Amino acid sequence: MNDARPVGDSDLLDVRIVRKAFRSAAGERADVLSDVAFTLAHGEVGAFVGPSGCGKTTMLRIVAGLDHDFDGAVARPSGAIGMVFQEPRLLPWRTVEENIRLIAPAVDAATLASLFDTLGLSAHRAHFPGELSLGLARRVALARAFAVAPRLLVLDEPFTSLDAPLAARLRDELALLVDRRPATTLLVTHDLDEAVRLADRLFLLSARPARILATMPIAQPRAARGAEDIAALKAAIAQQQPQR
Amino acid sequence: MLRLLSLALFFATWLIGSALAGEQMLPGPLAVVDAIVTEARSGALFIHLGATFARVLLAFALAMTLGTALGILMGRVPTADRLGDPWLLILLNLPALVVVVLAYIWGGLTETAAIAAVAVNKLPTAIVTVREGARALDPTLDEMARVFAMPRWRAFRHVVLPQLLPYLAAAARSGLSLVWKIVLVVELLGRPNGVGFEIGIAFQLFDVTRILAYALSFTAVVLAIETFLVQPLERRASRWRLRPA
Repeated sequence: MNDARPVGDSDLLDVRIVRKAFRSAAGERADVLSDVAFTLAHGEVGAFVGPSGCGKTTMLRIVAGLDHDFDGAVARPSGAIGMVFQEPRLLPWRTVEENIRLIAPAVDAATLASLFDTLGLSAHRAHFPGELSLGLARRVALARAFAVAPRLLVLDEPFTSLDAPLAARLRDELALLVDRRPATTLLVTHDLDEAVRLADRLFLLSARPARILATMPIAQPRAARGAEDIAALKAAIAQQQPQR
Repeated sequence: MLRLLSLALFFATWLIGSALAGEQMLPGPLAVVDAIVTEARSGALFIHLGATFARVLLAFALAMTLGTALGILMGRVPTADRLGDPWLLILLNLPALVVVVLAYIWGGLTETAAIAAVAVNKLPTAIVTVREGARALDPTLDEMARVFAMPRWRAFRHVVLPQLLPYLAAAARSGLSLVWKIVLVVELLGRPNGVGFEIGIAFQLFDVTRILAYALSFTAVVLAIETFLVQPLERRASRWRLRPA
């Protein structure tokens, strides 16, 4: 059932998940994903929006190659994968800088300095993750994902449980980083606002088992989207998804 | 301060015990120190301490290396765990004396047989402790290392090993005290030198002073290792943990 081989030197992220099921402790089979298929071009940001528990994280784990037990196939762009998990997942026994250098040994000092600067981490290089707030730890996780110069960037609700202003700032920083170094990006969120601000293409997912309900390309560049544009896009999505 | 007080209490109890039981049965601390100095002057103390120390070190290193490797294997691979578990149970419940005697019968009264016997005694407890640690490894960090394609050795050194460290420290600590006790048995039964050999001689002469002199000397060595090697290493390994300010 495991058909996740890379196809040539293609830059496309091509995901075809026919079905993904879990077996419960009682032995019952529960479908989590059914017929989730999409393609992202190089540098494109795809955002998936769906209700909690619909199977978004499961989809990301399949895309990232952590889960091979599914029907279907995934072709990833060749090159490094950068991933931001829902939790920061830093090594508590290594400093912030070591955490990044261990994952991205090829990163040069200037790139690292500019990453730290953009994410406001310069003062925390020598701190251990246990000494950081959750917001800071999430930023370190973002810096780590960018430091590997990823061809594929996978973001699993990177800003949940942060207060709104901080989430907004980090979102802008993320937009900046993605524009500066294009990577095919897959973002999963339940925050429509976040998705509309960051995505080139928006996918709406149904409740479990998740299917793609609608696909919406957003042509306007990220940086040019004003408050009215965001509101208009959200209204358009609300029409596409009357049950919400 | 409290530790010193407790130590003083120990010596006081010893003095009183010695006064009650008589010098023959329990010589006082001063007599024992005297004996230690005499043995040290002749050089015999250092020869025997050195021999015992070398055996402890070798057997300990052997048991810890093998035990760590097997413990990780059994903690990570369920098949290995199921295959190894009955062996582990047998080894754990085999009396030390049986292992030592059999090793001497099969291997002759040699250094190799002696060290192997001690290592086999320590091995199962090292495996059990490290296996517990390997079972408790954080799967989320493992996934992180896999997504970012961390090379195997680097992932082991920076992701796995720090998680195992508390278990390794526990195995080392209990191991050191266990190993030196068994080394003494091995020396008593079939070695021409070492603290165990000396204690065997002293036993034949009912020389309690000498028994205590050698036992205390080696205890001091083990205490020194604990204070100057094990504890600083542990502190260094746990410096990332938050300390109350």
